[in-house]
Amino acid sequence: MQKLRLIVQLVFTIVTNGYAYGFLNGKIYQGAMKYVCVPGLNCYSCPGAVMSCPIGALQALLNRQGFSVPFGVLGFFFVFGSLLGRTVCGFLCPFGLVQDLLHKIPVFRKRKRLPGHHILKYGKYATLVLLVCVGSMFLFGGFAKIPAFCKYLCPSGTLLGALPLLGRNELLRSQIGGLFYWKLGVLIFLLLLSVKVYRPFCQYLCPLGAIYGWFNRFCLVKIRWEEEKCVSCGACERACPVALSLQEISVSPECIRCGRCVDACPAKCLHFKR
Amino acid sequence: MGFWKNDAKDRHTAVAVRRSFGKYGWLPGVLLGILCLGIGAAQGQFAVIWRKAVMICLECIGIG
Repeated sequence: MQKLRLIVQLVFTIVTNGYAYGFLNGKIYQGAMKYVCVPGLNCYSCPGAVMSCPIGALQALLNRQGFSVPFGVLGFFFVFGSLLGRTVCGFLCPFGLVQDLLHKIPVFRKRKRLPGHHILKYGKYATLVLLVCVGSMFLFGGFAKIPAFCKYLCPSGTLLGALPLLGRNELLRSQIGGLFYWKLGVLIFLLLLSVKVYRPFCQYLCPLGAIYGWFNRFCLVKIRWEEEKCVSCGACERACPVALSLQEISVSPECIRCGRCVDACPAKCLHFKR
Repeated sequence: MGFWKNDAKDRHTAVAVRRSFGKYGWLPGVLLGILCLGIGAAQGQFAVIWRKAVMICLECIGIG
């Protein structure tokens, strides 16, 4: 299961960031595919991105003058969320893949959670409300509203967008200032933390994870638990990278459907099922 | 409210929660999503998304 997951993550990341011309020339894709959002956090200013980032798209709609319900992006959230829930995080998010790979580096004693997890886990809801929604509607840069999450926090934008673009585009490189160094600092901090802690950005800061977590209880792709077969050995709980209990697996908003519990279960009482 | 909390404390609660949405609990969400996509398309919201996505977002890359 874990090999399959890694293959899916790699293939999806390559396919949705497959505009090689952009990487070579420091430009971005401008075709019709960008009417559509990808399910995961994937900056649309990544030179290779062929589709739009759902959080960036949500902020673009909230940045307009006045207020109107961003139906277009809500539609993507409902469809992806109802079908997959946080399976998106486990299988289809490029930044999740980066954190997964960093966590495999065999240095430090690994941690599943940060101290204070029971409070810190609400950070992603705060990010969603304060930066993505309120920030995008009420924070101004000059006369225009700003995409506050993208501007001040998003590490995916720095990693997938800024670094490849700045590497190939001298005009952009000449405009680097304090904000860039702030975002670079956030990225480096999160990447280093990922080596020690499992997916810190996903667990504590990602607004997309906050949204898809709401769908976990009733989405199509679930991990089913056959109680009558369970021998209560605790193998699934030990294998869970985000330290969920058996009762929380699949229904908790924190479950990213990585499938490690399914692999670990000796009685085969946990399995992916529609 | 409070439905995002991890309040499935025992097996019976967890099983009840899993069963409460039924086999097709996801379907209303998908239909609502399709409806929202239709409304968004009718309001021209995808053009707004496209216009934003085809230009380099200076804020996203930490310059703007």
